Amino acid sequence: MTVIEARKDTTALNFTIVAEFEAGIKRVWQIWADPRQLERWWGPPTWPATFEDHEFQPGGKASYYMTGPEGGKARGWWRFTAIDAPHRLEFDDGFADENGDPVAEMGTTHAVVTLEDVGGRTRMTTVSSFESAEQLRKMLDMGMEEGMKEAMGQIDSVLASPGDGRRQED
Amino acid sequence: MVVDQLSDAELDGLFQALSDGTRRDIIARVLGSDGGYSVSGLAAHYAMSFAAVQKHVAVLERALLITKEKRGREQIVRAHPEGLGKARRLLDEYEGIWRQRVRRIEEILTEG
Repeated sequence: MTVIEARKDTTALNFTIVAEFEAGIKRVWQIWADPRQLERWWGPPTWPATFEDHEFQPGGKASYYMTGPEGGKARGWWRFTAIDAPHRLEFDDGFADENGDPVAEMGTTHAVVTLEDVGGRTRMTTVSSFESAEQLRKMLDMGMEEGMKEAMGQIDSVLASPGDGRRQED
Repeated sequence: MVVDQLSDAELDGLFQALSDGTRRDIIARVLGSDGGYSVSGLAAHYAMSFAAVQKHVAVLERALLITKEKRGREQIVRAHPEGLGKARRLLDEYEGIWRQRVRRIEEILTEG
């Protein structure tokens, strides 16, 4: 089992997930350091991420968008606040508008990622800290809302082409 | 709210919040009011400074026992009995996102 622990602190409002991978620490570091690998797992499967910028150095900025099944885009930004290869990285993470500028009212999530060698395997601990329950709710609602919009769009397109539906029934 | 589901940190926060007589009194007052209390309205009931009452309110807010909402120049304090449960549900949802990410990272790593 890869995920070995998940801790939730509702008072400090943070979430910790500890996972172990059958790979060396330098290999696991690459899933963060290489934007082409990062974009294969950061966004949900139906909303793949594309990183346009990825300045992987302290103070560097990353910007990305996630594309929904109907082509809708949700944008995000990161700022790397600490990088110590291949052991530790920290970054702030928030939503961005269509110009890539941070949307302040959506708040910021701070993430601290630690990699440790455990006998050739790699243990990755990720701690995500939220500003408030309200910020976390907005963030999750945003994902949900986008997902709903996509689902509604798909229903609309199915309803708009009754011919296809009839063929399937026959 | 089922106490045995709370983490040690949550219990510490909760007990710390409830360990003070003034804070328990603030909760009782706020629970008994429909529209909530302004911080200055609360402060009028206690023989201590506005800042001291504000600090008590902040401890209760961190323990998710009350909520504070800005209305004009006033801060309105309301009871938040479901607070801990709500934060937990949100964190459960967030956990789902990360479990999915870990599964995909594993797939990428097994490619070599």
